[in-house]
Amino acid sequence: MVFSKYENSGKTVKNLRYMKENYQLYLFILPALLLTIIFKYVPMYGTLIAFKDFNGLKGIIGSPWIGFGNFERFLSAPNFMELLLNTLKLSVYGLLIGFPVPIILALMIHRIKSAGIKKKIQLVLYAPNFISVVVIVGMIFIFLSPIGPINHLINLFGGNNISFMTEPGYFRSIYIISGIWQGAGWSSIIYLAALSNVGQELLDAAVIDGANIFQQIRHVDLPAIKPIMVITFILAAGSIMGIGFEKAFLMQTSMNITSSEILPTYVYKIGIQMGDYGYSAAVGLFNSVINVVLLLTVNGIVKRLNEGEGI
Amino acid sequence: MFNKQSKLDKFILTLSNVTLGIMVLVVLIPLVYVVIASFTEPTSLINNGISLNPSQWMFDGYKRVLKDGSLLLGFKNSLFYSVSFSIISVGVTLFAGYPLSREGFVGKKFFMTIFVITMFFGGGLIPTYLLVKNLNMLDTVWSIILPGSINVWNLILCRTYFQGIPKELREAAIVDGSSEVQYFFKILLPLCKPIIAVLVLYQFVAQWNSYFDAMIYLKSAVLQPLQIILRSILVQMQPVPGMLSDTAKDTAQRQQMSELVKYACIVISSLPLMLMYPFFQKYFEKGVLVGSIKG
Repeated sequence: MVFSKYENSGKTVKNLRYMKENYQLYLFILPALLLTIIFKYVPMYGTLIAFKDFNGLKGIIGSPWIGFGNFERFLSAPNFMELLLNTLKLSVYGLLIGFPVPIILALMIHRIKSAGIKKKIQLVLYAPNFISVVVIVGMIFIFLSPIGPINHLINLFGGNNISFMTEPGYFRSIYIISGIWQGAGWSSIIYLAALSNVGQELLDAAVIDGANIFQQIRHVDLPAIKPIMVITFILAAGSIMGIGFEKAFLMQTSMNITSSEILPTYVYKIGIQMGDYGYSAAVGLFNSVINVVLLLTVNGIVKRLNEGEGI
Repeated sequence: MFNKQSKLDKFILTLSNVTLGIMVLVVLIPLVYVVIASFTEPTSLINNGISLNPSQWMFDGYKRVLKDGSLLLGFKNSLFYSVSFSIISVGVTLFAGYPLSREGFVGKKFFMTIFVITMFFGGGLIPTYLLVKNLNMLDTVWSIILPGSINVWNLILCRTYFQGIPKELREAAIVDGSSEVQYFFKILLPLCKPIIAVLVLYQFVAQWNSYFDAMIYLKSAVLQPLQIILRSILVQMQPVPGMLSDTAKDTAQRQQMSELVKYACIVISSLPLMLMYPFFQKYFEKGVLVGSIKG
């Protein structure tokens, strides 16, 4: 007992001496620490306004508590179910359709023998990643407009004009397909990196053993990228509710709002535009809580399927 | 070895390559379309689609965009935001990554936990907005440069890269009498050019292409970045009057010109990054790999 106490204080003294001797290391980490505390942790504290009748003059501390009043107001709002379903549908469909594409892309690129061609293909497929979301949405509007090239093609084949951007039914498809167009190439990098790590010998050995292409993929390629697939999937599932405010907001028109209004865009409108801070903070918090629950659930399921390995 | 490839395998490989070829075209065609359309007379574009016949090419869209100052102002502002954001963000990340990469750094776990928590939990939009407001940073350049400058992914990437640098280098430097600071700047950083290049590109691109922070924090017209100006032209369909001033009377002509101007805006605004990223391509795979292995 006495001995361990002595050991503990010895450790503290040792640590303090280390800090004194290496104070420069702590100065190195200081700016990042300050920025993180100010811009990440202070807003976490600020989330308290979700439980208050927030009044800018009284501040966060001075405003009166109202418990779950803001949440009750949101849960009983007429558009609650629509907002929740829009958010979930957009991200779950996006994840299920978008997740496999970069993997398939990586498997295909990996099998190209010529390094030069491989590099050129990658160069093209990465390009859309560097286009801004504003320009992407601008291109969507131009291409899908009544006088745009897509409707031009439809007319050529004898079809009638489709007004893509004003029809709520098209919103999700346009959002997800344009997302794959822009991001699939870039997302394949991480899988390609893992595949190139395998080493040619293993693949050659498999080929000599007479493995056909599906067996090679199953026994050589997939084991190599599995850990990254798992992490990417869990992280994607964990950011499901935080998806693409920026793009959804830009793609909104007054006509497609019934499917394009999602929780983040709603928070922006009632909070920043209408100044209802307490209520919108509550909606935002609701969104984050669902997010964390989804992250933990998916992580749990994946762990069970993946012999105990999640994140 | 190739004799062992069965007919089925060859068929599948061919199929895979054809699919890949189609995907490359699917990505390429819209991009090429925009570039060609930006040089094409709008009436013929609407009636006949794009054409490669140079006699119909024109530079009118570009002239109009460049004649009006607003896009250029946005360009200048975005360049300033992107450069200063990259410097602050990558600088601070490199600084913080170094102690976190050191073996036996007391408090490593504690600091790492503080950073990693912010990857999964955040205050959300409204509390962050109120903080920026309370710090009197609304409508200043700081609201664009500071709040998002710590990216924890990049920090992990950085730390992992530093861990790959042999310890002996530091020991030798310390024996030679250099301080931590001297070692960091004179020996460590020059060895980390690939990771610095990747991080600078990531942060530059992120800032160049973002509009959201500017939309909520900035009011003054002179501070607006490129993406906000593009948004009003491309998405809100509010052409900048200066670009179309001479067409005000003829509605049809005005409409066509505004389409031409849109294409030109897309090309001009996307050009810098399109020219930049190929030079960084060889670092991309390295960068993600470093982060994913030990991250």
